[in-house]
Amino acid sequence: MAEKDVIIGLEVHVQLNKLNSKLFCGCSTKYHDAPPNTHTCPVCLGLPGTLPVLNRRAVEYAIRVALALHCDIQGETLFYRKNYYYPDLPKAFQITQYDFPVGLGGKILIKGEDGEEKTIRITRVHMEEDPGRLVHAGTIDRAKYSMVDYNRCGMSLLEVVTEPDLRSPKEARSFLDKLRNILEYLDVFDGDLEGAMRIDSNISLVGGERAEVKNISSHKGVEKALAYEITRQRSARRRGVAQVQETRHYDELRGITVSIRTKEEAHDYRYFPEPDLVPMRIADWVPKVEAELPELPDAKRERFVADYAIADDHAKSLTSEIRVANFYEDVAKRATPRLAAVWIADVLKGELNYRDVTIDRFRVDDMVEILDMIEKGTITEKGAVEVIRTILDHLGDPSEVDPAGVVEAKGLARAEDDAVKEAVRAAVKECSQAVADYRAGNEKAINFIVGMVMKKTRGRADPGEANRLVKEELDRTGST
Amino acid sequence: MIAMLRELKERLAAGASAEEMVSSLFDKIKRSDLNAYTILSEDLALEEAREFDLAPCSGLLAGIPIAIKSSISTRGIETNCSSRILSGYIPPYDAHVIERLKEEGAIIIGKTNMDEFAMGTSTETSFFGPTRNPWKTDRVPGGSSGGSAAAVAAGEAPCALGSDTGGSIRCPASFCGIVGLKPTYGLVSRYGLVSYANSLEQIGPLALNVEDAAMVLDVIAGRDLRDSTSLNSEGGYMAGLEGGVDGLVCGVPKEYFGDGVDPEVETLVWDAISKLEELGASWKEVSLPHTKYALAAYYIIAMSEASSNLARFDGLRYGLRLGADQDWHTTFSEIRAAGLGPEVKRRILLGTYALSAGYYGRYYLKALKVRTLIKEDFERALSAGGADVLVTPTMPFPAFKIGERIEDPLSLYMADVFTVPINLAGVPAISLSCGFARGLPVGLQIIGRHFDEKLVLRTAKAYEDATPYHETVPKEVV
Repeated sequence: MAEKDVIIGLEVHVQLNKLNSKLFCGCSTKYHDAPPNTHTCPVCLGLPGTLPVLNRRAVEYAIRVALALHCDIQGETLFYRKNYYYPDLPKAFQITQYDFPVGLGGKILIKGEDGEEKTIRITRVHMEEDPGRLVHAGTIDRAKYSMVDYNRCGMSLLEVVTEPDLRSPKEARSFLDKLRNILEYLDVFDGDLEGAMRIDSNISLVGGERAEVKNISSHKGVEKALAYEITRQRSARRRGVAQVQETRHYDELRGITVSIRTKEEAHDYRYFPEPDLVPMRIADWVPKVEAELPELPDAKRERFVADYAIADDHAKSLTSEIRVANFYEDVAKRATPRLAAVWIADVLKGELNYRDVTIDRFRVDDMVEILDMIEKGTITEKGAVEVIRTILDHLGDPSEVDPAGVVEAKGLARAEDDAVKEAVRAAVKECSQAVADYRAGNEKAINFIVGMVMKKTRGRADPGEANRLVKEELDRTGST
Repeated sequence: MIAMLRELKERLAAGASAEEMVSSLFDKIKRSDLNAYTILSEDLALEEAREFDLAPCSGLLAGIPIAIKSSISTRGIETNCSSRILSGYIPPYDAHVIERLKEEGAIIIGKTNMDEFAMGTSTETSFFGPTRNPWKTDRVPGGSSGGSAAAVAAGEAPCALGSDTGGSIRCPASFCGIVGLKPTYGLVSRYGLVSYANSLEQIGPLALNVEDAAMVLDVIAGRDLRDSTSLNSEGGYMAGLEGGVDGLVCGVPKEYFGDGVDPEVETLVWDAISKLEELGASWKEVSLPHTKYALAAYYIIAMSEASSNLARFDGLRYGLRLGADQDWHTTFSEIRAAGLGPEVKRRILLGTYALSAGYYGRYYLKALKVRTLIKEDFERALSAGGADVLVTPTMPFPAFKIGERIEDPLSLYMADVFTVPINLAGVPAISLSCGFARGLPVGLQIIGRHFDEKLVLRTAKAYEDATPYHETVPKEVV
C-alpha cells in the first residue's frame, strides 16, 4: 500500500566482487569459500608502513555503474579517510570518498505502488573499502569473545545513495531488485555471493525525525524491517512519543529493529583527504568506459519488443535478469521468438522460481528442441510442460536427460493421426448411449466420447483435435 | 675506524674481511654509552658478512654495514619506532628502501633510537631513553633520527637511514656534525616507513660526507609502484657531484637570520656563504614571506595526519599486550594509555581536535592553504632568474642539554623553524657541518628546487672539499 506520509531513502553498499583483486592491494577477491584470514597481505591488514595503491579497474567499474545510473561523472575524484575505532577496521580508518565522489545526481526507474513507472533519484555513487568481518562466539549480545576475519577487508565497495523518494517498503524492494539487475547487467557484481549487497535504510513519517536501520543484507529483510519501522513509528506517534534521530539494528531472527545510538552519540569521523593517494582526473576515462558499457535492462526491453515483436510484459519479464535475457536471445535465434517468449517468461521462469534455481540449470539446446516439438505438433503443450519439469527435477548428471529422451521414456509423443482416428472410430462405436444423447441434442455428451479417446490413446492425443475428429466421425456416421 | 664508504669499499675489494669489520662495529656499539641503537641484528649481520667474505657480491654497497632508523620496516627485525606500543613487533616484510639496500649488498646492523614515532627534535621522547650526542654526551643528538646521526658521527655505523618529516634528518645531522639529506617529496618510496605525517616525510641518508650521502641516495631513490606518491629518479647523484659552484646564485632568505638565531651560528653560516663566494658563486638576499606561518601550519598538518595514522595501534594484531583482555573499548584504551608516551598523546589529541567537525576548516584546511603559500614562496625564490639554491642555518642553535627543553614542548617546536618550511614545500635540502660553536657542530642547510638533488649535492660537495669540518670527529670516538 502506498502511504503518503512514509519517506524512505536508501544507502546501498555494493561489493564489486567481479574484480580480481582488492581495492588497494593485490589480494584475490575469491575468498568466499576460503578459511579465515587466508586472503590478506601487509597492506589490507594495515601493517605499519604499508600504503594503499588504487586498483584502476575498480575505478572503471565505479564509473560504469555511475554512468548506468545516469550520474554526472566528476572531473576529478579524491579519497578521504573516515576515522573510527572498530576491531574489523585494522587501520582505524576507512578509505572512502567524501567531497568529489565518482558520480553525482543519477536516477533509477522502478514500478511504483500505483503501477506507473516512477523515478528514484540517486544522490551519489562513491567508492570505499570494505572492513573485515566479526564472527561472534554465540549471539552478538551474549558472546564471550569475537573473532575477526580480514579476508573481506579491502574489498571494493560502491555506496549508492538515493534521495528520500521511496514511499513504501515494497517500493524499496523494487528499487533494490532493479539496482541488482542493473549491476549484474554491468558484469561488475554477483549478487549470489555472501555479503554482496548490504543496505542502510533511512525511514521517517512526515513531520518526524528519521531512524536509520543499518546493515541489512537481503532485499526481503529491508522490506520487512521497513514495514516494522512504519508500524513502530506510527504507534509511537499515537502514544505521543516523538521519534528521535537514531540508528537502529534489524534483528532478522525476531523481525524487529532495536535502537543502538541516538544523534547525540553520533560519531565525528574527522574526514580528511587520504595523503597516500593522489587525486585522479577521471573525466578522461569516461569515453572508454562508456564505449564498454553494455545494453541496460530498459534498453534491452525496448529492443526485445521491437526486434522480436513480443509483448511488453514478456519483454519486461525476460529482461529482469541478465541471465534470463541472454538465455532468451540464444533461444530466439533458433526458434520462433514469440513462442520462445511465452514459454520462457510464462512457463520456464515459473518452474525455476518454484524450485528456487537459476536459469543456468536449463540448457538453451533443450529449450530450442522443446519449442520445435511444440511447433511441429509432436508433443502437446501439456507434454512440453512435463518435459521441462522432468529436466529440472533430474538430480543427477544433466547430460543424462534431454527432451527427446524424456518424451520417449514417458511416452509423451503426441499420438499419430491414424492411431487417434482409430481410437475415435472405436470410441464412437462403443459409446452408443453418449452418441444417442448427442444426436438427441445434448452437445455435452461429446465430452464423454472425447474422454474415451484420450483414455484409448493414453493421453497422447490433443484434446482439441480429438474433439474435432469425434464431431467429424459423428457427422459422417450420422449421415449414412 | 671512522672511514668513508669509498675507503671501506676499497678495503673490502683489497680482501679485508667484512665479518671482522662488522664484528668490530658490534664491539664498539656494545662498549658505547650513547644509546644510539634500540635493536641490534648481530647474528643476521655476521652471517651476511661471512657470506660476503666467501662470495663477494657486486652491488653498490656490497659488504657495507648500515644502520636503520627504527621507523623503517625490516623483515625479521623488530621495528618499534622507539615506542612501547610497538615493542616486539617484527614486520613480515621489508620497506622498499630496505629491499634496495639488500639488492646492492648492504648489511643491516641494527635499528637506531629515535623520538617516539619521530615526534621530537631531541630523541628524548624515546621509550628507550635519550641518545647522547657524541660531541658532548650531556647534549642531545637532535631528532628525531638522533640514533642514526649519533651512530654515524661516533663511528658506530658508516652510514644510516633516517626519515625527515619536519627536519628529523637535518636537525640531528646538524647537531652531530655530519651530512643529512632530505630528498624531494616523492623521490624515495615511503613504502615500509611507519607513517607519522604522510604528506611531509621522506626517507634519506645520514653519512660522514656528501659523497656517501649521494651513494646511498643512488640506491634508494626511484619510483616504487607500492607508493602512489613516488616518482622516477634520474639517478646518477654520485656521478654528478663534481663541477663546482662557479656562476651559481645562492639565495639567502632574510627570514632565516636575526632574531632567535644564535649569533655564533649566524656568523658560521655567513662564513660559509663567503666560502661559496670564494669558490665562484654569488649570493643575493631573497624573501620567503610566509615563513612565520610555517611552524603553525606544519604542526597542524603533522598532528592531524598523525592522529589518524597512529590510531591503528590497538594491540589487537601486533605490539603491546597487557594481561587479560576485557571488552574491546577497555582493552584498546588501556593498551594505548600504557603504550604511548606523553608527547605522542599530546600530538594525537591536538590532531584529533584540529580535524573535528567545526574545526577542520579553521585549522586543517587553513594550514593546507598556508602550505600552498609557502610552496609558492620557495618556487618564487628558486625560479629562473632567481636563486639556484638557498643557503640557511639548519638549526637556530647548536645541540642543547639533555633535559633542558623537554618540559617545554613549545620551545622544542620552535627549534624546527628553519627545517619545517622545506617539508611543507616538498623541496630537497641537505645539512652539512660548517664549523663549531662552543665545541658543538653547526649545520649549514642548502635547499634546492624540486628534484634538483644534483645541484644541492654538487654545491655541498664544493663547500665540503674547501673546508675541513667533515674530517673533524668527536674526540671520544677517534
